[in-house]
Amino acid sequence: MNQDPRQFPKAAREALNDPLLRPALTRMKMNFAARRAHGVHAYGDFETLRVAGRDIRDYSVTHLDELLETLEASVNARGGKVHWAATAEDARQAVLAILRETDAKTVTKGKSMVTEEIQLNPFLEANGIVPVETDLGEYIVQLRHEPPSHIIAPAFHLTKEQVADTFRLEHTKLDPNRSLVERNTLVQEARAVLRAKFEAADAGITGANFLAAAEGAAIIVTNEGNGDLTRLLPRTHIVVTGIEKVVRDMNDVSILLRLLPRSATGQAISTYVSIMAGPVGERAEQRGFHIVLVDNGRSKLIGTEAQDVLRCIRCSACINHCPIYGAIGGHAYGAVYMGPLGAALNPGVMGVAETGHHANASTFCGRCAEVCPVMIPLPKIMRHWRAVEHAQGLAPKSLTFGLALWAFAAKRPRLYRLGASLLARALKLFGRDGAVHALPLMQGWFAVRDFPAPQGKTFQEQWQARR
Amino acid sequence: MSTRIRVGLFVTCLVDLVRPQVGFAAVKLLEQASCDVTIPRVQTCCGQPAWNAGVDEDARDIARNVIAAFEGFDYVVAPSGSCAGMIKRHYTEVFENDPAWLPRARALAAKTHELLSFLVKVRGIDAVRATYAGSVCYHDSCSSRREMGVVDEPRQLLASVDGLTLKEIADRETCCGFGGLFSVKYPEISERIADTKITDVLATGAETLTGGDLGCLLHLAGRMRRDGKNIAVRHVAEILADMGDDPALGQPAK
Repeated sequence: MNQDPRQFPKAAREALNDPLLRPALTRMKMNFAARRAHGVHAYGDFETLRVAGRDIRDYSVTHLDELLETLEASVNARGGKVHWAATAEDARQAVLAILRETDAKTVTKGKSMVTEEIQLNPFLEANGIVPVETDLGEYIVQLRHEPPSHIIAPAFHLTKEQVADTFRLEHTKLDPNRSLVERNTLVQEARAVLRAKFEAADAGITGANFLAAAEGAAIIVTNEGNGDLTRLLPRTHIVVTGIEKVVRDMNDVSILLRLLPRSATGQAISTYVSIMAGPVGERAEQRGFHIVLVDNGRSKLIGTEAQDVLRCIRCSACINHCPIYGAIGGHAYGAVYMGPLGAALNPGVMGVAETGHHANASTFCGRCAEVCPVMIPLPKIMRHWRAVEHAQGLAPKSLTFGLALWAFAAKRPRLYRLGASLLARALKLFGRDGAVHALPLMQGWFAVRDFPAPQGKTFQEQWQARR
Repeated sequence: MSTRIRVGLFVTCLVDLVRPQVGFAAVKLLEQASCDVTIPRVQTCCGQPAWNAGVDEDARDIARNVIAAFEGFDYVVAPSGSCAGMIKRHYTEVFENDPAWLPRARALAAKTHELLSFLVKVRGIDAVRATYAGSVCYHDSCSSRREMGVVDEPRQLLASVDGLTLKEIADRETCCGFGGLFSVKYPEISERIADTKITDVLATGAETLTGGDLGCLLHLAGRMRRDGKNIAVRHVAEILADMGDDPALGQPAK
């Protein structure tokens, strides 16, 4: 499993050669795209909704400081507590401190990409605390010691046979000869195993899709109900999420809730929407409700050309419609956020030197920006990172040199016309039966394709001759 | 007498180098639509390769050359959604912080069009005089479709060609994997995306694949040629201008 974004090209090649991944990606692409298209069509005027969503999220990003202060006051008023974490390490320590204080040994977890981002699970394990993922897909990849390959479908890359093998290996207390052929049998087995974990957990950790500042509430959408079991059964509930998730109030949330499930799975609304505002249930006063707000590089994007990526509501529509992701899947990126989202976000928070490939691995087809529910100009942000990469001298030397040579000519029309004439003739000369099959220094093109041979003279030459 | 309008034809660097035929086809179509066509000799490229690679200073220099050469015309037309999209959608970004050039970039953007949408929407052309035997499928380039909003125009004009049957690719919205320098930076990913598109193209049963952007077509024709898939690939302007007799892209001379 690639853990190094700098190894992206190699990891991508391996992914392309993975025989199980290709059919999984084909299914994933068709499912998500068709469902979103249906959900958007059924809604009607989705474009107006996107504009509203963009404006709400833009307000958040440009008023983060005041919204977060409001949020903290509201959470306090409801008997909860907000913890500020500037870095991933701060966030891990904040979570550990809460767990230590309540003497927690086992924690259940709802799906949270931010806890993946801060690498919380290995840290908890190293500190003697057992984290159990409760989203089915996330549970499966946890058992397999893999990172999620998609932000909302973490195990889509696996076949049910692979899942059955994993369950047989890990669920050692069950009959080794049981049948695990049917998909439903696998679901039922995971349900039974996880039910016991829910009951035993000392604390529950979830993420948040949104934070409503005025009400002091965290909101999550799920389809499995594991979020509610995670937050309600244990005596302590910890929400770990990014600072940018905050919006003004539940009115904002209600608009965004129309956008999120439709963009993600095409659902009008997810099966569960959990609104979590302070400790609830029996002996609420003895329960803990904590929100750990993670910055981890987000705030430094404010005021830059990449600021708009902070509007993201993590629906995965950009990923689901990305031709690059559709070819290689999520693991090849070697980062928690993949696809166009990762390409726009990772260079900003992880560094351009580290994740330059993510911004470069795009055809700029624009489909991601077209389907984004909050209208993030994703290709424009990727291009910005390419410009940063170039300015810092981090772009590949051969490419930079080739481009510089071409640009030198392109700025000098007379030289350019001469060069184009020579090149057209040379390419025609190298051609066999209408196509060029190989050329030195053009490895990238000829590795996978021929080049249709030019007709001979350039257009400019022929046009001048005809006049 | 119809009003003649002055059109500056942005030939595009790929047409100039590889497929001059497309340039002549564009001239013919524009003249049939009562345009006076001029081809400024100083044009080289729109600067998109530099811009997309993040080499902003080169993109600016090249874009200034294009603006200066073309701002005197009533319209600027390119037989490419990609190059037209660069001028129309991105020159204003290129000069975002340049108060001297931004108004000029805006003015040029406002009168820049992709060839087929110019013919249909600006010149009111709804049919062409051309014959082309066989079935044809049209590949929507991402820049034509998304940056220039060209979707119906090529289909409408192709439908008016005598002898031509139009077939549709099942998935019209997904990229072919070209992406300019992307195709050489990540050839294997580009290959996989191309092969998915080519499978869809072949499934239509069409004898000819056409499209409005030579970049996509060179990539797809080159990939099919390498992979032994035999289907004629040519630019849509050639078919519409009744100039579809030359050997197709990557095919031997007759």
